[in-house]
Amino acid sequence: MVGVVDYEAGNLKSVETALLALDARIVISGKPETLLQCDRLLFPGVGDGAAAMAVLRRRGLDQAISEFVARGRPVLGICLGSQIVLDRSEENGAVCLSLVAGSARRFAAGLGQKIPHMGWNQVEPVRDHYLFSGIPTGASFYFVHSYYPDPEDESCRLAVTDYGIHFTSAISRENLAAVQFHPEKSGPYGLRMLRNFLQHRG
Amino acid sequence: MLQKRIIVCLDVRDGKTTKGIKFKGNVDIGDPVEMAKRYYEDGVDELVFYDITASAEHRSVMIDVVAEVAKQIFVPFCVGGGIGTLEQMRRVLLAGAEKISINSQAVKNPAIIDEGAAAFGNQCIVLGMDVLADAAMPSGYRVVINGGRTPTELDALAWAMEGVERGAGEIVLNSIDADGTTSGYDCTVTRLISEAVSVPVVASGGAGTPEHIAEVFEKGAADAALVASMVHYGHYSVPEIKRDLARRGIAVRMDGIDD
Repeated sequence: MVGVVDYEAGNLKSVETALLALDARIVISGKPETLLQCDRLLFPGVGDGAAAMAVLRRRGLDQAISEFVARGRPVLGICLGSQIVLDRSEENGAVCLSLVAGSARRFAAGLGQKIPHMGWNQVEPVRDHYLFSGIPTGASFYFVHSYYPDPEDESCRLAVTDYGIHFTSAISRENLAAVQFHPEKSGPYGLRMLRNFLQHRG
Repeated sequence: MLQKRIIVCLDVRDGKTTKGIKFKGNVDIGDPVEMAKRYYEDGVDELVFYDITASAEHRSVMIDVVAEVAKQIFVPFCVGGGIGTLEQMRRVLLAGAEKISINSQAVKNPAIIDEGAAAFGNQCIVLGMDVLADAAMPSGYRVVINGGRTPTELDALAWAMEGVERGAGEIVLNSIDADGTTSGYDCTVTRLISEAVSVPVVASGGAGTPEHIAEVFEKGAADAALVASMVHYGHYSVPEIKRDLARRGIAVRMDGIDD
């Protein structure tokens, strides 16, 4: 059973339909006790980092996610989910979950690039990881975001993407992985990534 | 690097895809869900569905189409046409769309852009604009609403900037002069607006050949190109278009096409 964390951050419909298309058994919940019974955890989300953190704390989901990670089961964050695992975000000064050392940073203005970074861009893994099994280096994924994860420890950087700067587009640490793009909206390779997550034995 | 998007547009009336020229003489050309699935398998980057249903009682048919598309198509898609309230936006998003396009309703009630962006995020709110060349306007282009029938007093450039200021996360810019003619996009107005706003601009209206698409990316500074007639009538397939663009050195997503 995959627990999908409902923390009022955007629309969960796309993630739900993609997981169901892959025949996953899922439970969408904002309750820590329900999510802790699952064998893997996915936390998607779009929207404001500070607002999302406030909801996580109010519902006790901050501790539930940390506990889930500590138990060693597979955990995947998507989009905002790749930012709130860090120590902090530049978005409204949010204090985040501190599961991976680092900050979520805003793309600098004046680099001649539009913000948000919206559309398909190529993702280059910097090391082997189960998420990218069967996916070629440089495959394109769909992005919509103005902030990106910037881990302090180089070993937590999983993939990079070029948008004027080479930013970190996926991070991982032990059983926790998180991607800035939206695999649920990234065509066959996106579905392959979600299937890799569903089938990973942890 | 960020790739230029090819977006296929499907006009949907009473549950069927239709196509007209300069917004007139629409004829039915197929089932939108089947067509969307074929374009997805062909490697389209995004889809847009415009609900041009004439009667209010058939509106719910569109929600069924959206829900069915969401189950089978795993690229982003946008829905527009007659949406003017937060409740209507919510229904479309809950049915599975990523984005909502608002056009005439935004002109009539600009605050709906702010409200939609606050409720669902800027990335959900697309400002659709239909424009006509008009030398009397400061930018040379006038905003027209109600499916191209009603001219407004809005200048196209000023309205685009206001829309983004209010929270639109993307602009779909349609030239009525070019729509359905397959004689090329209006690169002038596309560049004018794309360079003035911070959000992506999708060029629409007039695509007939891959060369037209290359032109609107290079001369028009568009971030994405909307196509309809040229793919619906089988003149070109999405892979043919992308291969042509790639040969011209334009960054497009080739996954699943040539690998």
